[in-house]
Amino acid sequence: MWQALYAELGSQGFVPITVALDRNADEPRPFVEKAKSTHPSLLDTEHRVAELFHIVNVPTMIWIDERGVIVRPQDNQFGTDTFTQFHGKASGPYLELVRAWVREGKGALSPDEVRKHQQVPSAESQLARAERSLAWHLHQAGRSEAAERHFVRAGELAPKDWTIRRGSMPIRGLNPFGPDFFELARQGGAEFPMDEVTKTRVAPRAKL
Amino acid sequence: MSSTFTLIEDGRAHALAAEIAGGRVRVSAASLKSALGFELKPEGLCQGEVCFPVRDRAALVAGDALDLAELARITGRPLALDVAERAGALGVALDDRVAALRGLEAPDFTLPDFSGRKHTLSAYRGKKVLLIAYSSW
Repeated sequence: MWQALYAELGSQGFVPITVALDRNADEPRPFVEKAKSTHPSLLDTEHRVAELFHIVNVPTMIWIDERGVIVRPQDNQFGTDTFTQFHGKASGPYLELVRAWVREGKGALSPDEVRKHQQVPSAESQLARAERSLAWHLHQAGRSEAAERHFVRAGELAPKDWTIRRGSMPIRGLNPFGPDFFELARQGGAEFPMDEVTKTRVAPRAKL
Repeated sequence: MSSTFTLIEDGRAHALAAEIAGGRVRVSAASLKSALGFELKPEGLCQGEVCFPVRDRAALVAGDALDLAELARITGRPLALDVAERAGALGVALDDRVAALRGLEAPDFTLPDFSGRKHTLSAYRGKKVLLIAYSSW
């Protein structure tokens, strides 16, 4: 989808940058190969972008203007309707917003509006990121049991951060599409204040 | 120093000379300086231009080593520690991260694409960037 949007709007000063928060290149590779992207399509095994932009779930969209300023903060939106029956949001209105931003400069929020709808970390969530970082290092060093302790601790500190809790499932031998995920989904994910602004909801979130 | 300790910072692993006893990790001041740029000065515990006041020197300093948990406390940085594994991760101070986010300037990063080529966000200045974080899970 992002490649199509890039083909449509790339000549008008627009570029999508996709960042896969995955443990290796192999897991997102099917998406990447299917997309045949000519825009930057990046891999972030260390969750660097998650830390820098305080991203707590995927997909998360952020608008950055020509000056390098965030004009629309973390927004949980979708490029397709593949999973609309689960999350209840439609992609069409969101893609129209992006088009209007590129073509007419509409939709960029004022600094105060951005701050009002921004997700920001807490002391616990910052410690959770450090715990996840340690866990990931221990896992890569072959210290799986020690890694598990720190993945669990990270999840306890940031219970609604799915980049940590769901994202660590494949590393921990859990199925991010199976019962472990259904339990996580029942507990709920983070609220996105941008939901009040970007009104793309067409149905309630499905109960799992 | 009797052993090494692995400290993760900003996604990188640093091997530091350290003394580990009684659940405390004391890291050689020399290796902290060369790896992370921390330095104990008369004005406090400094990293580059930034110095943090040290009120309880005895808690921080032990011979030519610095207590890692105390360093984290003084600098306001989260520390994930596994003494048995001789490893830890030093995160970003909450205040620094919040201030950076509230400042609204997009933090810069460099990451590889799937052919290994590196891309830097700030190279796209002058364009409207839609940053999309996704994953296979």
